Amino acid sequence: MKRRPVLPGLKLTLGFTLFYVALIVALPVAALLFKAASLGPAEYWAIVSSPRAVASYRVTVLSALGATVFNLVFGLALAWVLTRYRFPGRRILDAVVDLPFALPTAVAGIALTALFAPSGWFGAPLAELGIKVAYTPLGIMVAMTFTSLPFIVRTVQPVLEDLDPTLEEAALSLGASDSAIFARVVLPLLAPALLAGVSLSFARSLGEFGAIIFIAGNQPMSTEITALLAFIRLEEYDYQAAAAIASVLLITAFAMLAITNILQARALRYTRKG
Amino acid sequence: MSGSSNASSHRPPRIGESPLVRRALIIGVLVVSAFVIAAPLAVIAVQAFSKGVETYLAAITHPDTLHAIGMTLVTALIAVPINTLFGIASAWAITKFDFPGRRLLLVVIEIPFSISPIVAGVAYLFVYGLQGLFGEWLSAHDVKVLFALPGIVLASLFVTAPFVARELIPLMQAQGRDLEEAAASLGASGLRTFFSVTLPNIRWALLYGVVLCNARVMGEFGAVSVVSGNIRGQTNTLPLHVELLYHDYQTAGAFAAASILAGLAVVTLFVKVALERRGAGRRNRPAFVAEPAGISKETP
Repeated sequence: MKRRPVLPGLKLTLGFTLFYVALIVALPVAALLFKAASLGPAEYWAIVSSPRAVASYRVTVLSALGATVFNLVFGLALAWVLTRYRFPGRRILDAVVDLPFALPTAVAGIALTALFAPSGWFGAPLAELGIKVAYTPLGIMVAMTFTSLPFIVRTVQPVLEDLDPTLEEAALSLGASDSAIFARVVLPLLAPALLAGVSLSFARSLGEFGAIIFIAGNQPMSTEITALLAFIRLEEYDYQAAAAIASVLLITAFAMLAITNILQARALRYTRKG
Repeated sequence: MSGSSNASSHRPPRIGESPLVRRALIIGVLVVSAFVIAAPLAVIAVQAFSKGVETYLAAITHPDTLHAIGMTLVTALIAVPINTLFGIASAWAITKFDFPGRRLLLVVIEIPFSISPIVAGVAYLFVYGLQGLFGEWLSAHDVKVLFALPGIVLASLFVTAPFVARELIPLMQAQGRDLEEAAASLGASGLRTFFSVTLPNIRWALLYGVVLCNARVMGEFGAVSVVSGNIRGQTNTLPLHVELLYHDYQTAGAFAAASILAGLAVVTLFVKVALERRGAGRRNRPAFVAEPAGISKETP
């Protein structure tokens, strides 16, 4: 089908879009990569593989994994309850799921710290059990869990809503138990969306800063996340190290973006076919 | 549930409907939600008023706090309209025309969502800072970008660049071009076509994007904290002011300032739900639009 481009405004809108994207998005990203590249391979490697940097990757990745696993289970349960059941307060629950996206991260950070500090509402009873959350890697996990909570709920919810009821009906009529149907019929159908949500949630946790720095102890080698290390290098006027460490986060983010895009394209294809 | 036409007389049997499972799941989810979502909100209110209403009022009317509120409002007043314009322009270009590289442009627009705010701040430093690309030129001409309002605005622009665009692009893609082409062929100008044909169809989605963009601009912390310099009473936005008070051990004051931002978040959620009832914020949209509805259909 041939179309005559009769609509006006291509030059103006595309020109503005390209100019803006170049100035606001591409230029800073390129400047950062350029700065990091100007270090030279040996020096770059020395900075990004220093024990303190490696310790920061370790605590960041492990905490993000923990937070993502929690959100995988809780997010799936939340999405399930929101789509399958009707109960008083359901609409409010559906709305407040997005609170972690709406609440500024610094506010979330001080609120979570107040809750989990040794004298806090949750911190005090946990301390009696001998569990310290605030100022430990567990605190980092709590902050990451909060800030990435909506991702899995919101990727799984639409798929659950569109799930064909006849599949479950058929399986039930054949005598399968609820748990067997969930594990062997429903879960495989949700898997692409779950995976996409997991990668979004994990990526967000890797880059989170505001909520974490209040509740983490920010001790080098143990509770210092990678984003904070980049920030600290900057405050020490060590711009080279800041650029190198920030570039590690940037490259990781691009890798996660690529993975997420592939997973989401798959999830979309899957639901369309279904 | 889509497609269930209130036919409660005939509902196919589904799993998880036994009262025990149902009750356990609902109660379990509500309890965890109370811990994870409600408690942080409650603790802000309790802490903010922990020293009484007078201390609270004194904290939020303190000159430094008022100045931080002013900085936040000014930043939003500049950044939100610019990103709204960008969202409309990019959506118009991407959905009303075919050009090579459209998909790449979509991916690039989404980039700020996946980048850590700290990385964004550091990146801006290497453009406008003394160590950066334009640093020497800027300081030679005595232009202050970093550690001043322009830097805060630029960082906010970066972080929220995709907000309006990602609401509009899938919607305008789905709506097609027929109406606009009809208007244009009848002699309407580009602006007239946009305002009387396109805008009425996208207004709720546009407002939705603007509201979310505004919430993020006002709440942005990481990127802004790198480029602002954090000078009390000068370059502090409200989230930065919260941090400053908190580290000064003025906990009640920090939570008082935080309560304003928490209030903003709650209002944002209300507006969001109201707009979703009007069809904005497509519930079927994945959080990141890798493949907006329609594009793939055109190029199978």
